[in-house]
Amino acid sequence: MKLDKKQLQKIAANARLELSNKEIDEFLPQLQEVLDLFSVLDRINTDKVKPSFQPIQIEDVMREDKIKDCLTKEEVFFSVKNKQDSFFKGPKAV
Amino acid sequence: MEINTKKIIDEIKKINNEYHFFNHIVDKKDSSKIKFLVSVKDCICTKEIPTTSGSRILDGYTPRFDATCVKRIKKAGGRIIGKTAMDVFGFGSFCVNVGLDKKIPLNPFDKKRCCGGSSGGAAGFTQKFSELTKEFSVGHIALGESTGGSIACPASFCGVAGLTPTYGRVSRYGQIDYASSMDKIGVIAKTVKECAEMLEIIAGADNKDATCVDKKKNFVKALKDVSKKNLKGMKIGLIKEGFGKGVDPEVEKVVKEAVKKLNLDVEEVSLPLTTKYGVSVYYLLAMTEASTNLAKLCGLRYGQESSVEGVSFNDYFTKIRSKHFNKEAKRRIIIGTFARMAGFRDAYYIKAAKVRTLIIEEYKKLFKRYDILISPSMPITAPTFTEIEKLTPLQNYMMDILTAGPNLAGLPHLTIPCKKFSTKGLPIGMLLIGDHFNEKAILQVGDYYEGLKDE
Repeated sequence: MKLDKKQLQKIAANARLELSNKEIDEFLPQLQEVLDLFSVLDRINTDKVKPSFQPIQIEDVMREDKIKDCLTKEEVFFSVKNKQDSFFKGPKAV
Repeated sequence: MEINTKKIIDEIKKINNEYHFFNHIVDKKDSSKIKFLVSVKDCICTKEIPTTSGSRILDGYTPRFDATCVKRIKKAGGRIIGKTAMDVFGFGSFCVNVGLDKKIPLNPFDKKRCCGGSSGGAAGFTQKFSELTKEFSVGHIALGESTGGSIACPASFCGVAGLTPTYGRVSRYGQIDYASSMDKIGVIAKTVKECAEMLEIIAGADNKDATCVDKKKNFVKALKDVSKKNLKGMKIGLIKEGFGKGVDPEVEKVVKEAVKKLNLDVEEVSLPLTTKYGVSVYYLLAMTEASTNLAKLCGLRYGQESSVEGVSFNDYFTKIRSKHFNKEAKRRIIIGTFARMAGFRDAYYIKAAKVRTLIIEEYKKLFKRYDILISPSMPITAPTFTEIEKLTPLQNYMMDILTAGPNLAGLPHLTIPCKKFSTKGLPIGMLLIGDHFNEKAILQVGDYYEGLKDE
């Protein structure tokens, strides 16, 4: 897979990152080298193999459906600057 | 025990001015009974102590809760002394990818060399403080964290023991995630016994972590009366690919001598799939998971913030992330985002997860016959900062060649310093790998080796 400048900028934008021209020039060959490393996986046949998203068997942890204590509002909003009336305040969405 | 914490903290500050092992030192009076001192890697939440995972984007974040492992340590009489330096979010093998505005920790054996990463501060301070334990009559143990080798690598480079438990052995509640299917909180200490003691405290089921498994402990009990007689019958597999091409000849020689000194039943074994594909699989999966985990670091709720007035929705997040993530964080986020994008997900992310299955099966096959597997912990001794500067990111990643396999398979592994050093006086680590939840075997062999007389 050959990575070009336009693709790199698109992926960065998806990840909410803006790269400077200097970073783009620096990252392109570095990332290409890493993608070339990954291409070694093309050589191995995994047709009948199931993916492992965890290394061991995991079981869900359940609890009683009862109200428990959680963090207080003071704790949640401790050192938060962007807040208003017990809400986190963010940039305008619309 | 009454301990003069002021004197200890003053000494720690003095060490830190010289070696930069800490991002934050807890400088307050203690009236509680302290049994031992604990340093905590900066990716593990500590109540009312700043926690940044080494990154500037989390500057200003002070957790209002303790991670489960920290809670258990405090209950056992541990005093938290500070947050140790690390590669940002765990992204590194040399502890040079520290966050913007943060200092790089220096190797206690040679200040021109790195501590190893990403738990560099933890390992460096453990070695340095071990010189002062008698003076202060109190021991120190470090909490580290490993995703691809971040306990084994720095412990090896700094000449201390480093225990990475089985995935799921220790609750990850309160750990700032790097790769959720590979992160493991573990221990760095001067001795194997101390590793076992700390694991006894922090391990165990936790209903706050669905990936934490309820399994029997008794690590300390396992080390009572460890001797050659007790280890008789234990079969050891020496990993062929851990030696030869790509491994420093001095490292190879010293580790092979250490294995011979064990004088146990050793046979050569091979891990061809793990050797060929382990690093690729590890980085693909880890970066993909990291890109998702780091999406929550966006300038809201914790850490860095800026004005939300007059800025568009996407621009706010983009600007703050671009300003405060360092280069390595950006590289990994970009690769991880790419690997899970529509059109590429099957060829990269799913493919890697399938090869992970084959790697786990390769290890499990060997563990049917062998109790532990051994290789060097790292292919080299601690490099100088000048040598590290010349490496490309890919060359950095290839340093995980010996630790990537056990980490992505979730296997417990213990690095112990060999009794011989390199000709430059640098420590060399030997890696003992066990089957899932068989920490007992690696602790027993590690403790036994430690007890053997130096030559």
